[in-house]
Amino acid sequence: MTDINKIDLAGTKAKGNRPYFLNDKQTEQVMSITMAVAMELSVAKERIATLECLLEEKGILTRAEVENYKPDAAEVAARSITTQEYLARILRILQQDKEEQLSEDDPSMEFAQQELTKV
Amino acid sequence: MSTAKSLPTWDVLSKHGVFPEANNEEISRLNFLTHLNVHLSANILPGVKTAYEKTVLPAYIKETGKEPTTRHEIRKAMLDNPYFQMWSGLRRNTMEMRQQAGRSQVLRQIENLVERVEAYNKDASTLQLNDAITIPPNVGMVDIHCQPGCYYEEYFENDVTVAASYDLGLFVTTAGLLGALSDGGGKAITHWLSKDHPDFKPKRILDIGCTVGHNAVPLAQAFPDAEVIAIDVARPSLRYAHARAKSLGVNNITFVQANAEDLSQYEDESFDFITTSMFWHETSHESMPKIFKTINRLLKKGGLTINLEQPQYTNMGLYEQFIRDWDTYFNNEPYWGPMHELDLKKVLNESGFNGESMFEVGVVSLIDEKIFGKREAGDSGEDYGRAPVWNAFGLWK
Repeated sequence: MTDINKIDLAGTKAKGNRPYFLNDKQTEQVMSITMAVAMELSVAKERIATLECLLEEKGILTRAEVENYKPDAAEVAARSITTQEYLARILRILQQDKEEQLSEDDPSMEFAQQELTKV
Repeated sequence: MSTAKSLPTWDVLSKHGVFPEANNEEISRLNFLTHLNVHLSANILPGVKTAYEKTVLPAYIKETGKEPTTRHEIRKAMLDNPYFQMWSGLRRNTMEMRQQAGRSQVLRQIENLVERVEAYNKDASTLQLNDAITIPPNVGMVDIHCQPGCYYEEYFENDVTVAASYDLGLFVTTAGLLGALSDGGGKAITHWLSKDHPDFKPKRILDIGCTVGHNAVPLAQAFPDAEVIAIDVARPSLRYAHARAKSLGVNNITFVQANAEDLSQYEDESFDFITTSMFWHETSHESMPKIFKTINRLLKKGGLTINLEQPQYTNMGLYEQFIRDWDTYFNNEPYWGPMHELDLKKVLNESGFNGESMFEVGVVSLIDEKIFGKREAGDSGEDYGRAPVWNAFGLWK
């Protein structure tokens, strides 16, 4: 049913010129990437906090066991997919810049406003 | 020094029958974005005003010998200010992150969501899609509020991706102030009616530009004997809206794919209540009078139209106009500014109404206090354009 690239589609660009505010476009893209990483760090910290709460509650694991863990092949493969999704998420701004450069009818707000205010 | 106040978690939202599921990481992500929006609005945005007052305005006066007279002059002067640049860059980026977060959450479960939607919609006479309806320029020109695919794009047959992502993300820009079903707008209208016009019992209601039906549902619930028609041009939104309403036990809404410029299928004076919610700023100079003419034609004598909108710029300070206008240029809302500077009475007059009978009223988007608790007055900075008190305008015909 769904012959779509879900990772790509999740991060796709909204139609309409993307405004940049900083004096240097690459700097703003780095800001964007940094904020996405900040979000993911926040997510990870919350996850770790959950795990630590549960482990402590149940008295199941010691810290040394966590340190010495080695993932098996299936786990390695699953983590690779997760990492790909992670990278697509934090590098979304560059995907969208690429899409904007490729698109041929991406109107500016000024142009759109002109069109929309024609009587 | 004020103490930090915790915000509600996204997970307190009511999970209707077609609401996307969320794993713990997705919840963390949406909560992070909600906190980021509040932080930008409460902690960073006041610095933009300071930058204007202390730096940009004095420099403007020094250079031109006068104060700015339009919001556009302020915007152009602010574009070079580093603090405005950083706030704007962060705000734009937060909008985009919210879209990516919602879409990735929806897309990973889209097959299941479509199945759930189809189970509610199967053979329903209350969902009327129409292949002949095309997307008008005011909807298709750009993806409104940076929402990829806007309200209407379908990535495959029977898709509801854009609608489900819109529904789950309303919380993120409002920090829950719209309530557990993001239906604060519709509830604000019914609350105002029950308070100020308790005898008004409409039998036939039209909601124009309904998107996911979140504001039509409270109308249908407040007037269970009424027939509600909710229209939109966007198929994925209508599919999702219909299933969403059904799952909430609401059966008196018919969702119709239609363009409000032409509702010739409905007879003159066949509705006694016509509503819109945050709709007009997504139209155009061309479509707005056409739609008002339709409303005028469809509304019974003695009937009411009420429209939730952001306040008009008339009598508003230039700086506030400029800040509210940010969305026009930087959040893909190109008609926001032009709509908010219109003389609404004149538009109504030109559409056949008596514009002088127009009234404006502040309606309160009720906070779901059972879940969110009471918000103390004055405990955070104003987030222009997203405050829970909504301006409404309307008239009795």
